[in-house]
Amino acid sequence: MKKRPVFLRKMTDKMVKVVSIMAAFVGIFLLFWILFEVFMRGFSAFSPKFFMDISLDGENGGIANAIVGTVVITFTAVILGVPAGLLGGIFLSEYGRSSKIGNIIRFSSNVMMGMPSIIIGLFIYSIIVYNMGTFSGFSGAVALAIIMLPVVLRTTEDMLSLVPNSLREAALALGTPRWKVTLNILFRAAKTGLITGVLLATARVSGETAPLLFTALNSYYWPAEPCWQFWQFFSSPTANLTVTINDYAMSPYPGLNSIAWGASLLITFGVLALNISARIFFREEKK
Amino acid sequence: MKKRDRTNDSYPDRIFRTVTYCSAILIIIIMAALFIQLLYHSVPTIRRFGFEFFWSKQWDPVNLNFGALSSIYGTIVTSLIAMLISVPISFVIALFLVEMASPGIKRIVSQALDLLAAIPSIIFGMWGLFVFAPFMQDYIQPFLGKYFGFLPFFKGTPMGIGMLTSGLILALMILPFISAVMRDVFQMVPPVVKESAYGIGSTTWEVSYHVTMKYGLQGILGAVFLGLGRAIGETMAVTFVIGNGYTVNASLFDPATTIASTLASQFPEAVAQPIFKSTLMELGLVLFIVTFGIQMAAQWWLNRIRRSTGGGL
Repeated sequence: MKKRPVFLRKMTDKMVKVVSIMAAFVGIFLLFWILFEVFMRGFSAFSPKFFMDISLDGENGGIANAIVGTVVITFTAVILGVPAGLLGGIFLSEYGRSSKIGNIIRFSSNVMMGMPSIIIGLFIYSIIVYNMGTFSGFSGAVALAIIMLPVVLRTTEDMLSLVPNSLREAALALGTPRWKVTLNILFRAAKTGLITGVLLATARVSGETAPLLFTALNSYYWPAEPCWQFWQFFSSPTANLTVTINDYAMSPYPGLNSIAWGASLLITFGVLALNISARIFFREEKK
Repeated sequence: MKKRDRTNDSYPDRIFRTVTYCSAILIIIIMAALFIQLLYHSVPTIRRFGFEFFWSKQWDPVNLNFGALSSIYGTIVTSLIAMLISVPISFVIALFLVEMASPGIKRIVSQALDLLAAIPSIIFGMWGLFVFAPFMQDYIQPFLGKYFGFLPFFKGTPMGIGMLTSGLILALMILPFISAVMRDVFQMVPPVVKESAYGIGSTTWEVSYHVTMKYGLQGILGAVFLGLGRAIGETMAVTFVIGNGYTVNASLFDPATTIASTLASQFPEAVAQPIFKSTLMELGLVLFIVTFGIQMAAQWWLNRIRRSTGGGL
């Protein structure tokens, strides 16, 4: 190895240290810059009308229908995606830990986690929207559920794997059936982790835009009107926050841009609140 | 007497096992169906344009003449810019977190990066379009044009949008993902190995460069591929700031397009035209195959380091 003066080596070391501290702070600075801009520009759009009116009147309207739409779509996605993810996770951790099929499933879900969400949108468009002949909020929810599925599946597996084997053995030795052991004992032991995983997955999909462009599209009306005619959710485009932001941001009218910022603040706040509460919840329980 | 244990299970247990099996297998079915659907719907385009599709610069929605070159070119250039900026920065951030920061600072910085990763991509798009693009137009692009204008990359009018702006925003978006994986990889390097390097008088940087990096090289490669996969498929943020120009230009200031942004911005017009729609499906298929390959590489590298160090990633 080449001999180098100590002074030079120490200088290099110092420089790298300074650079890495700067890099970390630039990252944090940009995070706060984005949050600051979203807050300042979004807050000025807030008004009672913004929260109460539907978006039919454009600049003079609000986004109440989009807020309801996003909540309904996300909620439906959770109902569709989470049970399948939990059950699949059980299979991976309880039955397929080192089996061939388990490894294939694990690999597939890792790949699906990295799949661009727009591809999922295109897929759902081609199997649901194309065949039903209409855009619908429900198809959007299916797309989001598919995005959630691998995330929930993998976190469930990880969380169940953390439960010590002695717990399983103790329960099985008492003659408890396997399904009861899993649902009543392992789930209870891994409860915090599972809830955190579901919350994080929900946070992730509730801010998704690309898949909704192909499925839920957007609308100026309530998701269903009157509200007991819920089947409209399955048969007509459904308003939602993220596609509203997309449409309004591209508009030349400053009033609509401002509403887009308001919607951005709402969605950012919602996503980060879900995210942070999941983390705090996880940390509190761990203590 | 073989294989008795499974058939001995009670009925509820067998049903439970089957249900969980079906749920788990669902993910494979979805992935296969995804591929088949995209392939099936892109058959008309494949028939019509053949392989020429990939190197044709045409994008003519009026005469229904399409080529993917502009989208593919834009995707490669923006991802390349993003990786060139993001990988070294992620590396030093991971270094900072593992080797230098005190536990308190480490927690704060890690959480800030997690939050940055959690921000929806459309918010990056809004910020990029209304805040960052004007900033680029007023300061960065004129500066680059003035001092590096002799290079073909920095020619043209500064409009704020274009491949450079998109690449920078992509870099910011994938930064938290790459640095999180790199941080985990660095933490997996056994302390004994590092301490022996410190013991013979190495500085922190020398330990990181010669020991940590060599030891965790496979993991770092995995992290890089994960980031690349994200950069290639990122849609909304890029659609907002790239300008949607269907040309192939050397200048990073010119409007361009990527595969994902073409899908998002052209879809409303394409719905009525079967061949146009099929073109988008083929672009989707290309994106699917490329992402699949990248993910496979990432999983392979990460699995290797996981096996060699015994888990924990």
